[in-house]
Amino acid sequence: MISFNLLVLVSLGYVVFLFLVAFYAERRAARGQSGWLRSSSIYTLSLSIYCTAWTFYGAVGYAARSGLEFLTIYLGPTLVMIGWWWLLRKLVRIGRSQRLTSIADLISSRFGKSTVLGGMVTVLAIVGTTPYIALQLQSVTQSIGVFAAGSGEVWEASDFNGAAMWVAIGLAVFTVLFGTRNLDANERHHGIVLAIAVESVVKLVALLAVGVFVVWGIAGGIGPTLALIDASPQATWAPQPSRWVGLIFVSGAAFLCLPRMFQVLVVENSDERHLSTAGWAFPAYLLLMSLFVVPIAVVGLDIMPEGANPDLFVVTLPLMQGREGLAILAFLGGFSSATSMVIVATLALATMVSNHIVVPSWLNSRTPGAMVSGDVRDVVVVSRRVSIAVIMALGYIYFRLSGGGTALAAIGLVSFAGVIQVLPAMVGGVVWRGANRWGAGAGLSVGFLVWGWTQFLPSFGVDAALSRAVFDVGPFGIGWLRPLALFGIEGMDPLVHAVFWSMFLNTGAFVVVSILTFPNPLERLQGAQFVNVFDYSSGARTWSQSAAQAEDLLVMAQRILGGAEAQGLFQAEAQAQGKAGFLPDVTPEFIGKLERELSGSVGAATAHAMIGQLTEGQMVSVDDLIAVADETAQIMEYSNRLEAKSAEQERTARALQEANDKLTAVSIQKDAFLSQISHELRTPMTSIRSFSDILRDGEVEDDARKRFAGIIHDETNRLTRLLDDLLDLGVLESGQVQLNMGSGTLEDILDRAVMASGVDQDALTISRRRPNEAVEVYTDTERLAQVFINLISNAAKYAVAETPTLKIIVRQLGGRRVVDFVDNGPGIPAESQSMIFEKFSRLEDEGKAGGAGLGLAICRQIMGTLGGDVTYVPAQGGAAFRVTLPEAQSLAAQ
Amino acid sequence: MTRPDADQTTPEVIVRPGKRVEFLDRASYRQRRMRDAARILPVFAAIMMVLPLMWPRGSEGQSLTSNGMLYLFGLWFVLVVLAFAVSRVLRTGAAEDGTGQVRE
Repeated sequence: MISFNLLVLVSLGYVVFLFLVAFYAERRAARGQSGWLRSSSIYTLSLSIYCTAWTFYGAVGYAARSGLEFLTIYLGPTLVMIGWWWLLRKLVRIGRSQRLTSIADLISSRFGKSTVLGGMVTVLAIVGTTPYIALQLQSVTQSIGVFAAGSGEVWEASDFNGAAMWVAIGLAVFTVLFGTRNLDANERHHGIVLAIAVESVVKLVALLAVGVFVVWGIAGGIGPTLALIDASPQATWAPQPSRWVGLIFVSGAAFLCLPRMFQVLVVENSDERHLSTAGWAFPAYLLLMSLFVVPIAVVGLDIMPEGANPDLFVVTLPLMQGREGLAILAFLGGFSSATSMVIVATLALATMVSNHIVVPSWLNSRTPGAMVSGDVRDVVVVSRRVSIAVIMALGYIYFRLSGGGTALAAIGLVSFAGVIQVLPAMVGGVVWRGANRWGAGAGLSVGFLVWGWTQFLPSFGVDAALSRAVFDVGPFGIGWLRPLALFGIEGMDPLVHAVFWSMFLNTGAFVVVSILTFPNPLERLQGAQFVNVFDYSSGARTWSQSAAQAEDLLVMAQRILGGAEAQGLFQAEAQAQGKAGFLPDVTPEFIGKLERELSGSVGAATAHAMIGQLTEGQMVSVDDLIAVADETAQIMEYSNRLEAKSAEQERTARALQEANDKLTAVSIQKDAFLSQISHELRTPMTSIRSFSDILRDGEVEDDARKRFAGIIHDETNRLTRLLDDLLDLGVLESGQVQLNMGSGTLEDILDRAVMASGVDQDALTISRRRPNEAVEVYTDTERLAQVFINLISNAAKYAVAETPTLKIIVRQLGGRRVVDFVDNGPGIPAESQSMIFEKFSRLEDEGKAGGAGLGLAICRQIMGTLGGDVTYVPAQGGAAFRVTLPEAQSLAAQ
Repeated sequence: MTRPDADQTTPEVIVRPGKRVEFLDRASYRQRRMRDAARILPVFAAIMMVLPLMWPRGSEGQSLTSNGMLYLFGLWFVLVVLAFAVSRVLRTGAAEDGTGQVRE
């Protein structure tokens, strides 16, 4: 047998190792190298504090007594974890956005930052957790006792007590050292988290090692193990439906409500996405932890002597088989399970006690309105450290009082059923905006009372806390109040009975009272923030106009956050407001932000109360809430308008861009035109000059003289036409044109235009539909004819088809009379279509057009002056111009 | 022949913010369905965990602990695999639809 001293030495070595691990993690984090400390595997492993000594030792005992029922304790959390998308995701998001420090803080913060509710949850958590801590101490000392007995020492009760005390002190030191280093409970405790992650690996490896040894080392393989199970006292499995469902529910709910679980699930969570990994990895961890429980129990029952404690099979089986190394590993596994649970539970409880009981009382004890003096940090840190010690002491005292006799699983379930009384308020608070603090308070009180009466007090046994008479006939003879048969319903399983009635009455009170009472504005605000957490990015404002001075706020913030941090916060805010220095404007938004920062250290209720002292209680009112809602609506509308405006501006910019392109093109064309026009003017001028020179010098034959004079005449005509066009355009553009209004039929005008254009009938076939053209128009017929002439001669010039044709179609279109001129030429390329009506524009600068590119510009000017329009119609199989006649005139014509 | 519109201006499209999108592309659609899977998985799990209560338990051989054990651990294993599959697909999707954390 191994010596007892060796065991103590190994344990001490393990403890030192854990301290080093925690120190290492803190050092890394302090140097900003927290990378893998925040990984999802560390997160998943830290969740395994759910598996305490109750799992490590107790599950085997449970299985030895009740078969497969022990699995319910792990199936519940499995359900919760694989359903993380439903609830955990929301809790984690809320925890981060509200900077929650504990489950009490969640309830308090949700229900209007109520100090009373926070205190109630804290008390409930302490009552529910203390027995559990005692249980861990007991399991550690019992397992030490096994080794002591093995090495021949006989342990007295005092030895057990002494061992338990040393373990408790060691754990308290560890927790104080790594749990209260920084005040901000919302910051991650890297040291503790890494230490418990390591411990969770140790306990898994230990339990698997024992399991493998038992199955393959003792039983002789899987088949024989199954046969052994079938031959054991637990061979048949007939689950009692109410217990099976009830226990799955209780364990799943406890997984969410246990203060230590909330600590690792929500408070220590550094990244929401870790949940998706934990969603499958943690169930896998639980599966592995439970895998060998039944084999160990069955083999233990088979080969251990009658009366051996099945709770200790994990250690005693290897010891009995002479596997001392394995036994020590198993002991370390149990030790890990117990210590990691105690550390986190104590830390979570201490945060709750200090934030929801000590600091609020300390603030209350001062004269209202007086400024908080002294360093609050010290108060908080000291209260947290003292709380750790006190909670540990409570656990130890409970251990001493209970005498360590009860089966481990029984305490576990009583504790679970106690803490899940928070469930209705918690779930209701995050999914139902109508839940309020009266409802939450009523639900918690009723649930707590019913649990205490039906389960907690009876758990001490008959004639311990409650007398036999109370069990049999009820208190004061009131039969329907019997603790195990509430309302006279007998025969229920005691656990199911307690859980059912406490949860039913708790939820009922919560819902009914919430419906009947009215929440205060802050609650309504927080309710909206919690329930719709995915719609809000950060906290809405909780303060209206404030009388607080930035300097006072800075003084207070420094006392809680510490000098450097508070100054940094204020400076950043001032900078964001565009101010230099440390003092920003005290806006409601800033106060809200500051309050959230503070609540990460001292909890929502305390932070709110402290700020309330400075702002003289000018909290948000219903009117403010409605104003905020209006503001939100206004902001939405404003942003919509901005959006529309920006679209409009985009369109304007596009139009400007187009105009600019056009201007550039025009300017280029103008330059081209100037050289063109000088060319145009120069060519006739040159010929006129040279021919007139010849004529002046005489000695020219008669027919040659005639020909030269003819050339001079033609060239002069060309010049005149060019100048006429330019003058015409000038007049039209200046708007000083005289209109000679008169009536005529379109047919006449077109006839005249065709005639005047001088187009050779062989060169261009013009197809018309004369019946359509019998339309009387009242306008300046001369000008209209000019437009037509231009278009017809354009067609003659550009329609370079084999048999050029021009269709002139008159029709009614959308109430207006239009005349289309469609030729069968090549048409006008799309990129030029916007340019053709500009002055001086010509498609190609081949001189064949013969004009100066003014024709279409004149047409547009004329039609504009007449009140009509001329446009280019693309995709008609050639160039197509549409003349829209003036409206009034066409009406008059009908 | 379609009649061309001489005055062609692009119709105004103003996308209002905060409106629900009716139809999604394939990737987003897959994400939504995976979320449905993530929601339905625990419901399925709960039903399967309660299932053994309905097993026939007439004779000794019908209610063996070993059978129950095989069933429950088998179920557990399947659930872990399913949760793993869902989380693989959901993991990348968390950030892109606005559920990603906005840090202050």
